[in-house]
Amino acid sequence: MDDLLSEFLTETNESLATLDVELVKLEQDPNQPGLINSIFRLVHTIKGTCGFLGLPRLEKVARSGENVLGKIRDGAIAVTPEAVSLILRALDRIKELLGVLAATEHEPEGSDAELIAELDAMAASSARPAASVPGPTPAPVPVDASATAGPTASVDPGLGRELKPGEVSLEELERVFQATAGPLAAAVEPAPAAGKAAAEPAAATTPAGANRPTATPESAQPEVGNQNIRVSVDLLETLMTMVSELALTRNQLMQIVREHTDSEFKVPLQRLSHVTTELQEGVMKTRMQPIGNAWAKLPRIIRDLGRDLGKKIDLQMLGADTELDRQVLELIKDPLTHMVRNSADHGLETTAERIAAGKPEVGRVVLNAYHEGGHIIIEIKDDSCGINVARVRQKIVESGLAGAAEVETLSDQQVCMYIFKPGLSTAQKVTNVSGRGVGMDVVRTNIEEIGGTIDMKSVQGAGTAFTIKIPLKLAIVSALIVECRGERFAVPQISVIELVRASREAEHRIETINRTPVLRLRDRLLPLVYLSECLKLVPEGESARAAAEEVYVVVAQVGSYRFGIVVDRVFDTEEIVVKPVAPILRGISLFSGNTILGDGSVIMILDPNGIAAASTGAETQGGQEEQAAQSAAKRGSQQAALLLFQAGGTQPKAVPLSLVARLEEVEVGAVEQSNGCLLVQYRGRLMPLITLDSSYGLKSEGRQPILVFADGDRNLGLLVDQIVDIVGDELNVQIGTERPGFLGSAVIAGKATEIIDVGKFLNQGFADWFGRNVAFGEKETGQRLLLVDDSSFFHNLLKPLLEVAGYKVTTAENADAALHLREEGEAFDIIISDIEMPGMSGFEFVSAVRQEGPWQRTPVVALSSHATPKDFERGRQAGFDDYVPKLDRDALLATLNNTLERSKEAA
Amino acid sequence: MSNMAQNTSQQLASGETREYVTAQIAGQHFGVPVLAVQDVLGPQRLASIPLAPPEVAGALNLRGRIVTAFDVRRRLGLPPADRAKSMSVVVEHHGEPYSLLIDEVGEVLSVPADRIERNPPTLDAHWREVAVGIYRLDGRLLVMLDVDKLLDFAVA
Repeated sequence: MDDLLSEFLTETNESLATLDVELVKLEQDPNQPGLINSIFRLVHTIKGTCGFLGLPRLEKVARSGENVLGKIRDGAIAVTPEAVSLILRALDRIKELLGVLAATEHEPEGSDAELIAELDAMAASSARPAASVPGPTPAPVPVDASATAGPTASVDPGLGRELKPGEVSLEELERVFQATAGPLAAAVEPAPAAGKAAAEPAAATTPAGANRPTATPESAQPEVGNQNIRVSVDLLETLMTMVSELALTRNQLMQIVREHTDSEFKVPLQRLSHVTTELQEGVMKTRMQPIGNAWAKLPRIIRDLGRDLGKKIDLQMLGADTELDRQVLELIKDPLTHMVRNSADHGLETTAERIAAGKPEVGRVVLNAYHEGGHIIIEIKDDSCGINVARVRQKIVESGLAGAAEVETLSDQQVCMYIFKPGLSTAQKVTNVSGRGVGMDVVRTNIEEIGGTIDMKSVQGAGTAFTIKIPLKLAIVSALIVECRGERFAVPQISVIELVRASREAEHRIETINRTPVLRLRDRLLPLVYLSECLKLVPEGESARAAAEEVYVVVAQVGSYRFGIVVDRVFDTEEIVVKPVAPILRGISLFSGNTILGDGSVIMILDPNGIAAASTGAETQGGQEEQAAQSAAKRGSQQAALLLFQAGGTQPKAVPLSLVARLEEVEVGAVEQSNGCLLVQYRGRLMPLITLDSSYGLKSEGRQPILVFADGDRNLGLLVDQIVDIVGDELNVQIGTERPGFLGSAVIAGKATEIIDVGKFLNQGFADWFGRNVAFGEKETGQRLLLVDDSSFFHNLLKPLLEVAGYKVTTAENADAALHLREEGEAFDIIISDIEMPGMSGFEFVSAVRQEGPWQRTPVVALSSHATPKDFERGRQAGFDDYVPKLDRDALLATLNNTLERSKEAA
Repeated sequence: MSNMAQNTSQQLASGETREYVTAQIAGQHFGVPVLAVQDVLGPQRLASIPLAPPEVAGALNLRGRIVTAFDVRRRLGLPPADRAKSMSVVVEHHGEPYSLLIDEVGEVLSVPADRIERNPPTLDAHWREVAVGIYRLDGRLLVMLDVDKLLDFAVA
């Protein structure tokens, strides 16, 4: 590309970025004359340069924009959001055109007539006649300027060089401003103002920051201009790599010399080392940029968002001159923008909501950056409504990231961390800006990629605060060298918190909980990971543990998760250059790279993030087993999904999951007492709360988990201490019990578990309260029902349930026993029969019933876990009236009801 | 470099000659395009890489560059040899250096491209995959290796 054109593009893009920021500032503070002058000049320069380069479209848009700005400067048009929006739109159009220009080197075809007409209309709408402004109207300014900026431009005395295209000599500018400013003259001292504008970007540059712009007219003042040059980023990158290599070689030399105590190389080498270090620091500095560069776009984004969403947002940016590596800056730019957007979009409430919540009308988003011991800390705080933890919980379950029972056990903090997982967005609706399911997970990935961590705190109603911690520079990191089974590895110092020596006799001893090693470290229990196991350095069958008398624990932190890595030995720390691993090895998440040590050996760099993920991955494996068990539960006839919980005592209790409508938590304070019973308002109704036995009561404070059983719109809550798990297991009640409320005990998930009798509680909850025997289900009492099932568990489970529903239930262990009842002359209104039974199966039984005898016309409903359409058909052919899946209470009751009605109609 | 192998296959039909470095693994002679070879190394100290695929023998430091050592024997389904005694040729694959562990490096040969014959269809699948063709020398056969296919073992 033409040098002239590429320079124009770079400069103009920089000017546009400044313009975005300054226009937003102007909107907030319209009475700052320096600001409007600076804005005017930038647009003026763009227009002038476009004219010179022969870019008519750009020039026209810029000229119309300049006209409006001229009127604003002259006080003819007030600074209104509409005016600012219009100017911003003009700038956006310029950006678009520039984009095409950069790609094709030609201005795109098209017309901006509409936009120009709007701009011109705005310029013409000037309420006051132009005559009220003394001096020339803005129109002559461009004429003057472009004349000066023309190809014939001579050497400018103020600059000591020829003017660049589009540049206006300071003298010229001053003359124009003196002439134009008129009433503002007192407030504006053009030259110092220009100086200040120049100082602003200059102040953000380090002395060595050669990558700053030099050529805007303001900064082209001799003393600044001559000291800055443009250097391509590629060149800097190459320099950086070379210096890193140099440092490595230096390290190698040092290592060699260290072995020879009286080497004559020692002194010159020390000098070399010193110079190398300084060189390294110098090159590093050229890559440093103020973080404000990454923030430049934010004021504009926030302004536009605020307008779109009807929110008043105040964006505060602190520590914008905090410097960090250019590469790091590039990588965090997008995540930061995304997070600020998030805060403004679904964090902050609308103005109305804020007033209702008694908060200041204007929502605040604060960005703060500062250095802290080799790291840069970036905080993004807002005074929004915070993260809706309950909603996140719900989302987690909905998106299948964790099971309901698991989510119940997570702390609020843990729940919040889920927003960093893929596929979870809590935005109520997908807006223009956020809620598309991409987001925080990408943010976290980007930050972790550069060795950073992200943490968050959220207080519901009060706000959210994100803290990002990233290393200042990427290329060289300090690493701890450890040894494990004779192999050396590097652990980045950043993630190492402390080192602990552990041995059998020492104060710190490694203990195990069910083979999981842990270490008591002060007041905490630290989970441990044996590096040798993690890296599979141990031969099959040999235990990694107990072999060594003494081991070291590297305490590492990943996000807010702290754990220990057990290694055999710990060496020095070394400065290493992180090199990416070969593509073949990219799949190994345990390594973040590799490097060459001072002694020339190649060593792998461990990634604590990867180790943490790999070692906690065991849990997800458990989850899979559980899932497998659950799907098995669906297949096997006697298997069922059971909800395990604790309620009084340590023994786990269980209830078939299908009987539970919902898991809820209620505030203890919200529980009321009425008529000697516990009640809570739930979904606009009163829900009775019951306990397993009288000895067990409400928690004294906090939230009380409850299991909700529902029938239609009637709910009943059972107080529990804790929901433990959901498991699929074979239900085999081994020991019956006389204890009211319990069916007996069974072995579930390897533990003796009490199965509760739901029917009993339903009775207790409703029948007693409402003073009638029939609370659940049908009002018709006295229907005689025969239940044929070989499983005593189902007898126990279904009998109370059916009795509550108003049936008189008789049970039979098997088909023979049932037929025996027939011979004895028993009559029933309906029969429920299992299909799979020892001896005579359900199909045979129903055939026998249909064949002869008094039950010929009695409806028979099949009960089975095989509920495919094929099974249905077979059942019907055999003579069943209907077919109900096992453990589906509602379906069972509805089917019984329907079947009875149909048989009545038939009769 | 990575285009080398493609060129090789394209030019099978043309009358050009190409130069190959010969190497020996388990008594079998192989040809590696000379332009693909950056270095020939004697036995090196290899740093082991835990959890790496079995074909990866380790990593070594070649004048400040980290080179991944690749066990050709393993790739070809041959019995393992003492890696510490192996020589290696360094090639580049997708911009990354790899050192291919072989038993011994031979000479450089000029081979007319049209004299390279197709693989016998009965050749072992591992070999067929990585061999461009066979070249007949007096008294021995040279298996022409395709470096890219050799290292693209993720698909294998």
